[in-house]
Amino acid sequence: MQKQSVFRSPLLPFLLLTPQVAVVLLFFYWPAAQAVWQSFLLQDAFGLSTTFIWFENYSELLTQPEYYDAVVRTFVFSAAIASSSLSFALLLAVMADKPLRGAGLYRTLLIWPYAVAPAVAGVLWIFMLHPSLGVLARGLRNLGVDWNPQLNGNHAVTLIVLAAAWKQISYNFLFFLAGLQAIPKSVLEAAAIDGARPMRRFWTVTFPLLTPTIFFLIVVNIVYAFFDTFGIIDAMTGGGPAKATETLVYKVYLDGLLGGNLGSSAAQSVMLMVIVVALTAIQFRYVERKVTY
Amino acid sequence: MIRRPISFTALLASTLVLASPAYAVTEIQWWHAMTGGNNEVVVKLAEEFNASQSEYKVVPAYKGSYPDTMNAGIAAFRAGNAPHIMQVFEVGTATMMSATGAVKPVYKLMEEAGEKFDAKNYLPAITGYYSTSKGEMLSFPFNSSSMVMWINKDALKKADIAEIPKTWPEVFEDAKKLKAAGYATCGFSTAWVTWANLEQLSSWHNLPLASKANGLDGFDTVLEFNGPLQIKHLETLIELQKDKTYDYSGRTNSSEGRFTSGECPIFLTSSGFFGQVKGAAKFDWTNAPMPYYPDVAGAPQNSIIGGASLWVMGGKKPEEYKGVAKFLTFLSDTDRQVAIHKASGYLPITKAAYAKAKEQGFYKDQPYLETPLLELTNKEPTENSRGLRLGNMVQLRDIWAEEIESALAGKKTAKQALDTAVQRGNAMLRQFERTVSK
Repeated sequence: MQKQSVFRSPLLPFLLLTPQVAVVLLFFYWPAAQAVWQSFLLQDAFGLSTTFIWFENYSELLTQPEYYDAVVRTFVFSAAIASSSLSFALLLAVMADKPLRGAGLYRTLLIWPYAVAPAVAGVLWIFMLHPSLGVLARGLRNLGVDWNPQLNGNHAVTLIVLAAAWKQISYNFLFFLAGLQAIPKSVLEAAAIDGARPMRRFWTVTFPLLTPTIFFLIVVNIVYAFFDTFGIIDAMTGGGPAKATETLVYKVYLDGLLGGNLGSSAAQSVMLMVIVVALTAIQFRYVERKVTY
Repeated sequence: MIRRPISFTALLASTLVLASPAYAVTEIQWWHAMTGGNNEVVVKLAEEFNASQSEYKVVPAYKGSYPDTMNAGIAAFRAGNAPHIMQVFEVGTATMMSATGAVKPVYKLMEEAGEKFDAKNYLPAITGYYSTSKGEMLSFPFNSSSMVMWINKDALKKADIAEIPKTWPEVFEDAKKLKAAGYATCGFSTAWVTWANLEQLSSWHNLPLASKANGLDGFDTVLEFNGPLQIKHLETLIELQKDKTYDYSGRTNSSEGRFTSGECPIFLTSSGFFGQVKGAAKFDWTNAPMPYYPDVAGAPQNSIIGGASLWVMGGKKPEEYKGVAKFLTFLSDTDRQVAIHKASGYLPITKAAYAKAKEQGFYKDQPYLETPLLELTNKEPTENSRGLRLGNMVQLRDIWAEEIESALAGKKTAKQALDTAVQRGNAMLRQFERTVSK
């Protein structure tokens, strides 16, 4: 048996690669290069006057205390969203993995929220937790909690984390369930015969065998928390109150699209790209060592 | 498997046929942000204009919210594909007027197209906002509103309040009574927090919001709204927020429903809220001019407008401009203005239309539709009350709102909040100044 395919013409492999390379160039490198170029410019919204200002957009950004606040906020946010949605999804997956009657139905219902658009999810949660419209908000008020995400930053952050985590749980659930089902039953049975109780079986057998899935999901969830929460933030808080929910991505939107400050917005996108690349590199360099494939 | 490509080609072919322009008429693209009943007004206006002549065809297109529409227009301009007419909200004015070459000033358009046009026929309180200091009209006012105080009359009765409050101290006192009478979560509130409590408050008391006549006389303007009255007003709001005699309702109008649902019996927001109040409020309601501080000499002054105007984009063909000019003349027609006013609740833009609506006894039945006009024409506008023209206004408002929010949440004093708002806003104005002056 031949394991490697042999190309008769040296041109063919390159030809076969071209579409993929073209797509990456066109939809990733080209816009990324444009963002870098734009970040050196000072330009009005209409693009009528353009000045090349080197690194001024960056230096301005790095002297703003608000920018550092946004960086810290984004990290706290991502940690909260990733940890809550991962742990809750794992719990649900472990429970749904048990032989249950109607398991198919549960699983379907649990996957459902993933199909909901971020903005729609935001509106859904607003209807429950808006200080004067929401059903749950009223309940909280009756319990004596002065629930007010319009003014209280912590409440607003809780609201966004809840909605964002809720939306991501389905996705995590799906992977966890698949991961759990891939674990050979014989291993677990052997552990049970050896007298290991369910909790011990989970932490010593199931969990280590799940680490590849967990690692993959951590990376995906952090990227999700960085970028895909935009719709939820826009629909629920608009970055407020007093910047409490303004993440880096939302700031790019506010400064660039609403503020017409394209240079700074581009500089922020480049910074964001660098941050995410660094974050991913760290994950693969250090976290991956703890993963057993 | 062959079926799909064929039907796809057929679809493509049919869209091409449908999209091909009728060569005889000149099309005029009109991008706007009107929804619901006001969208119908826009569509009807275009239909009427198209039916009134055969040379031009106005094609209205809804492009989302005000900021969305403006961004779509700017993006289209950068791509060399701008519409002829673009509806831009009042806070976008500075951005539009600074874009020399991207827009065609209305007075120039009318002159070049040879249309009859006299800026003096329009209500100065409205056109002042969209004109140069020489009185040259840059954009055409379309839908204008102002801020008024909406009142739940049933609630006032319930709290034994005989008269609608006229001054801020009266509002505070009445709100306390209303709170005691069962409106526990909100005695009074304001939508558009900065518009109500900084912008309108300043002009209503003849105080500057910024130097250089609030930016109308130049982009080298600095913010000045951290004066004693604005600080005192915010201090009072902070105090009243503690027990919800005043309750914050957000940066935009998304919480206006608190009035129509009966939660907030006194609510300051746009006069354009009329349509919703009329449809949704199940109690006896009216509106009144904004309250003022009686210890400020000369108050109240006059209010400033909100809403949007129509900007004509640059770089189009002369025959297209001719059509645009004809359309603006068509919109200025007195009877048409009266009709738009009645249907939408927005203000009439010409003096003749206002006089006609008055003459017809329109305001006897619906006095609340005259309130914003009375506010706007209360006194001859001063440097402080003619209008606002600050660059990056959308973002400025966000910065100011952020500071007010942290003050209301008890994290900053009123003075700290307004000082920071001024300082951060000035930095943004300098940035804007840099991008416009070459």
